[in-house]
This record gives sequence, C-alpha cells and structure tokens, in this order.
Amino acid sequence: MSTPLIDTVDAVETVDAPARRRGARSPSLIVGSVLLLVIVALAVVSLVWTPYPLDHTDPAARLAGPSAPHWAGTDRLGRDQFTQLMLGARTAVWIGLSSVAVAFVIGVPLGLLAAAAGRFVENAVIGVIDIVIAFPTLLLAMLLVTVYGASTAVAISAIGIGVSAEVARLTRISASRVFTQDYVLAARTCGTGPLMILVRHVLPNIWHTLLVQATLAFGVAVIAEASLSYLGLGTPPPAPSWGRMLQEAQSTVAVAPWNVLLPGLAVAVAVIGVNLLGDGLREVLDPQLRTRRRATGR
Amino acid sequence: MSEPMPAEGREPILSGHQLTRQFAGRSHRALDGVDVAVRPGVSLGIVGESGAGKSTLLRLLLGVDRPTSGEVRFAGQPLDRARSREFRRQVQVVFQDPRSSLNPRMSVASIVAEPLRSLRIGGDRAARSARVAEVLTAVGLRPEDGRRYPHEFSGGQRQRIAIARALAPAPRVLLADEPVSALDVSVRLQIIDLLRDLVDRLGLTLVLVSHDLAIVSQLCPEVLVMRHGRVVERGATADVLTRPVDGYTRALLAAIPQLPTDLVEEQ
Amino acid sequence: MTVLETTGLSIALDREPLVRDVSFALDTRDRVGLIGESGSGKSLTALALLGLLPAGMRASGRIVIDGRDYLGAPDRQWRRVRGRTVSIVFQEPLTALDPLMPVGRQIAGPLRLHQGLNRSDAERRAIEWCERVHLPDPARLVRALPHEISGGQRQRVALAMALACRPRVLIADEPTTALDVTVQAQILALLDELIEETGVALLFISHDLPVVAGLARHLLVMRDGRLVESGPVDDVLRRPRSDYARQLVTSAARVTRLARPAGGGEDR
Repeated sequence: MSTPLIDTVDAVETVDAPARRRGARSPSLIVGSVLLLVIVALAVVSLVWTPYPLDHTDPAARLAGPSAPHWAGTDRLGRDQFTQLMLGARTAVWIGLSSVAVAFVIGVPLGLLAAAAGRFVENAVIGVIDIVIAFPTLLLAMLLVTVYGASTAVAISAIGIGVSAEVARLTRISASRVFTQDYVLAARTCGTGPLMILVRHVLPNIWHTLLVQATLAFGVAVIAEASLSYLGLGTPPPAPSWGRMLQEAQSTVAVAPWNVLLPGLAVAVAVIGVNLLGDGLREVLDPQLRTRRRATGR
Repeated sequence: MSEPMPAEGREPILSGHQLTRQFAGRSHRALDGVDVAVRPGVSLGIVGESGAGKSTLLRLLLGVDRPTSGEVRFAGQPLDRARSREFRRQVQVVFQDPRSSLNPRMSVASIVAEPLRSLRIGGDRAARSARVAEVLTAVGLRPEDGRRYPHEFSGGQRQRIAIARALAPAPRVLLADEPVSALDVSVRLQIIDLLRDLVDRLGLTLVLVSHDLAIVSQLCPEVLVMRHGRVVERGATADVLTRPVDGYTRALLAAIPQLPTDLVEEQ
Repeated sequence: MTVLETTGLSIALDREPLVRDVSFALDTRDRVGLIGESGSGKSLTALALLGLLPAGMRASGRIVIDGRDYLGAPDRQWRRVRGRTVSIVFQEPLTALDPLMPVGRQIAGPLRLHQGLNRSDAERRAIEWCERVHLPDPARLVRALPHEISGGQRQRVALAMALACRPRVLIADEPTTALDVTVQAQILALLDELIEETGVALLFISHDLPVVAGLARHLLVMRDGRLVESGPVDDVLRRPRSDYARQLVTSAARVTRLARPAGGGEDR
C-alpha cells in the first residue's frame, strides 16, 4: 500500500535489544529447567521405586556416611537417607504445586476483581492484601495447626493463603495496566461485555506475568513447607519432608554433617531452579522483547 | 454497503445537551454546559488545546463516561434508554495511538472481528471473515494481513487496522480522537485521505477531535472550538477559518505553523 | 567561524548501522534545521554531538568542537563541553528536569559548575534568566518545582538552563512537539529572540517541516540514517533535489493546508 516507513520504533528504543536478545537464548531457562527436572525426577521415580522402603531401618549402619548400599548415608535410626530425599522431593513438589494452585485460585480472581471494580472495592481488596502480606505465613500456619492439627492440607492452606496475597497484588497491578489501554476502551465501544474483556483482553496480556509469578511462588512454597516441617507444623510423620530431615539431623550434625547438607542442598536446588526458570520465562515471554526481536530481524 | 447520503438539516443522529462533567477532586469542570449536535452526513470537527475538554466530550458522546449533568441523545433517544446494542453498532471510534488501541496478543482478523462477535452481527463465521476481508481491503490492507499481529505493522498501518475495526459493524458515525497525531507527516496524509475517502464512499459522519485546525478543515464542514470546557466558537468551518469571531480562535489560527503560502497553494 | 563540525559521522548498534556518513558544520549565528521522520536517526545524531550515545552504540567519524575532535573522547572531557559549549533542550522538559529540585537551582547548577559562581550570584543570575525567557514573577517562580508550572513554562526553564552558561551551540530536539499549538508559537518566538540576542548557533531537530522552516535558514533532511538533502531552506522547499524531500514538502504542505473552500463542500 504505502511506502515502507519506519514510523513506530524509534532507533533509540532498540538500544537494549542486543542485551535482551542474548537473554533470549536464556541460560537461566536451561539451567533452571535442568535443576528443577532433577527434583521432579526424584519425586516421580519415588512413586514406583525407592532404594529401600520408607520404614526400612538398618540398625547395623546408623549414621553411616554415603556408601554403595546407602548413597546418601543413613540417619541415627539407620534409615536410608536417599529414600528420604526422594520421598521428600515428592512432598515438596506436591505441596508446592498445591499451594500455588490454592494461591492462584484465591489470588487471581481477587486481583482481577480489584482491577475491574471501582475505587471502593479496589481499596478494600488492597487493604486485605496488605494485611495478609504483613501477616507471617508461619504465624498463620501455627494458628491453623492449633485449630485443626498438623496435616498436609493445613500446610497447603496456610502456604496457599500466604502466597495468594502476593499473587492478588501482582494480578491487580498487571490487570490495571491492561485496563488503561485503549484496546479495552475500544472493546467496550464494540459492545464487548466485562467477562469477555477479561477473557479476550486482560488474561492473554497478563498470563505470562502470572506464569513467572507461579514459578517464584513455587519456590516460596517449597521453602515454607521445609520451614513448617522443621518446626513440626508441616506434613506429619511418617511422610518424609526435607524440613523434618533437617530438624532430625540437627542433633547429630557433628558426626553426620551430610544428613544436614543433603536435604539443605535439595531445598536450595529446588528453589534456585524455579527462580532461574522464572527469570528465563520472563525473558522469553516478554511481549515487548518478541516485538523487538522481530522488528530488528531475528 | 454504501448508504444514500442523507439530506442536510435532518434531526441530529448524536447530540449532547448542556453537558457538564466534573471530576472528583478537581475544582474546574472538565466540561461546562456544552451543546453539540451531529447531523447525519455533516462531519463535525471538535478543536481545542489540552485541557479544553474535547476528549471528555468525546467519551461522553461515546457512552463510556457519564455527564455530571446534561444528556447525550442518540437518534433522539437519551443514551440510557436507547438500545445500547444499536448505539454501539452505529457509533464507532478510532483512538489516537494505535499501539495502545490494538490488543498485541490478538490477530488482526480477530481484532477487526471483535465488534461483529460482541454485537452478534455479521452472521456465521464465514460471513464474518468475509466482512473482515472486506473492511481490511477498504482501508488499504490485504485480507491476508488478518493472520498477522499488530506489532508486524507500521504505525500508519496499525491505524488502518483500528479504522477497519471501527468500520466492521457498518456504523453511521465514526468518532476519531486525534487519529493522526501519533503518526509521521507523510503517514498522516495517507490516513487523512483514507478518512475522507471513507466519508465520501460510505456516507460516514465523522466526529473528529483534534488540536489541529488544519486537519479538521480538510475533513469537516462544521467545527466547534473549545477552551476550558466551553465552546467558544462554532459554525461552518470555512466561516470560522476566514472570519473567526472569538479571540481565542484567532490566536489558534495565527499559531498554526505554515509553510510559505505560495507553496501551500500549489498543492 | 565554525563552532561545531561533524564529518563522516556514523553510528552503529551491533554492526547494524543507524546513522551513516553524516557531515555538516555549524557556524556562529547559524540556524540549521534537521528534519526527518521517526527512526531517521536525527535524535541519535544529536546525542552523538553531546557524547551522550546510549551504551552499546558505536560512533565513528569526526565531531570537531572548537577545533578539537571529541569523538571517542572520555566522558570527563565531554563534561567540559556539555552545557558550556554545546547544550541541548529536549522534547519533554518534565523528564529532563529534576522533579525534586526547585527550577531556580536547576538553572543555577550549571552556572556554579562551569562558571564557578557562588550560590547567591548563581541564584541572582537564575532569576535574571527567568526574566529573559519571560517567565512571570521570576523571584517567586524560581522556588517552584517542575510539576508546579505549566508545560510551556517548563520549556522556558529548560531554555534558560541551556543558555545560562552562554553556550556556542544550542541543540533543540523537538522542543515544541509536546506543547499546544499556541504555546508552541510562543516558545518558537522566544527561541528566535534568544538566539538573535545571544548569537548561539542553533541546530533545530524536528519532524515538523513548517515549524523548522519558520526558524531555520539551512535545512538538513535525514532518512534511514543518511542525509539525503542539505541546502538553504528556500531551496529545499521550492527546489528539492531528492524525491524524499519533495515528498516531505508535499505532505507537509497538504497536511498543514487550511482548507478554506467557500461553503466547505468542495469534497462532494
């Protein structure tokens, strides 16, 4: 139709394109995925196979160091630590995923409501969010445990509610930004109803932000689960947990330091993994970035 | 899809009566007792500088904001009671910045089809995509462009997409809020030509909000000059340009940067 | 006398050329307009002339200011040039001014830095400059914060800041694009008055041909990073040599034409 005119992207705007382009190959995405895959693989394999049954004890080899029969050594009761680590990974992944699901089921609608509704509702929701953020997840867990007793469900609820505030906050902020765009106004003038505006315009423009948030929330949940179990407020025994492994190994740290190191390392790998994955996803999913990549030719 | 050009002097299709808009926490009224009438076939320019209230007026006429007092009427009926689906179908809008007015995650075809889907007009899927192809062609794009995404287009082309979306439900009135201000000069010219062509060909009535009297003068036979939320001058554009009555209109005219007149006359 | 001269200026990002082989010179009292559409490289050229290219961009060629080639000079040397020999006014004064500092102190800052004035002298000069740019009630206005004054007044402050140290070159990068038409006319008149008074050489960068043509005497036309035309304003407007300049003049003439048809119905 017309002469091709470079009339939208000013040259100055593309300044940081090369840096971003490098990021798009995203080593953090790859490293993060690999680390997380290790944890998930441990959890999945534990469903069908572990070196020993969970309740197997080897009284002859208490507090043994890593060896051929016990890859990660044994604890003071002679339980195989690798078995515990694998089952702990299952607990961590399960509680992590469930709490993130709870957090999103509560947080996303709340955030959308705040962004879409008038100022009164928005302020009310912001108030609630602030209170929940200020309220320590641990304290919430203790309250719930006092009332309902320690259980996996209580841990998931406590972590999920705690994380949901952050999810709601981010959802509200991202959705509010979309609501100020002219395409939402244009949709209203096209007769598009509020629900369809959410489905067609708001969610497609914020899901990538929420996905990144979900990975980070998973990391927070894994740490929270470990902390709760460490304090005896999380998954009750006999279900193994990295947090309780740490707690149980604490008294014997001088003679069997690996019993503390390995579960600690597992938590660290899981959390670093999801954080790297989140960073990588952010780089890859950024719509601005994709536009620029195409605009500058690959 | 062309309609016969309505005769002049008809009932206004869209009008505002004593429109006042006061925003919470502001001492000034953004709009203060404004009367406006859009007659079918007579494009109207709304001119003013920032803070004049022209965008507020446009939002009221578009039914996305409500006046503090006063009333907007569509085809003689107050907007509240007029059937809103019919209103949405007949009154469409183009915004200033096509980067913000097109959803980056929707294909051009779904963007253009949105009013058809939302208003449930244009028949089945096949009929809708035929309509999308038709309006894309009408604005100078190709039907195949529907498969692409907004960021693959230049600013001028994106504004064409926005215009195509507005045309899809075959409206009678097209509101345009500074439709060329965000564009480069040569692209501006193309969009102005396109709008003029659409007005002529489709019998559209244009309501053009702009700070630029020159552009209004090229597209609108009638003009309304606003300042501080009030109308300071109104009338036939030719009269306002040649015999401005209000001092502010005169200042506005004098302030327009002009190329040497002989150059301009040659065009 | 030539104050600023650039020869063969090229700017590249990742070996992708953004500006190619741009040469021109500014003499005292010159008024040069640099016109181009967005993405033409005009703003990058301006930033290069102040040693302010964004990180990652490479410039080559020569940028001679007062007889010295500054291209590739360390920032320390550029800082002696910026604001003192060459200064700049940007499109949006709200982002160019420090939002938390009274405007008087912002005008006084470069005076103290480059001319070693003490605080009270610098502040007195700041008030004088507010008067020169016709700001109302200067003694009170110098204490205002940028957001407390209007856009036109902010641009006047930016002009005072840019000119206070008596630079020899003033680069104005779309200085009126963000302003209303009537305010734009006032700022252009002020700019005209100030460059006449101070004798500063002007490089006026804009996408708006009528605005540039009203102020400049010499025009440079840029497209896709290259200078496609250079000549006296009148020649470029009336006898453009390049197709692009011709197209630009035609478009601008048509876009800014005030259609005054008798009856307003010539289109029917």
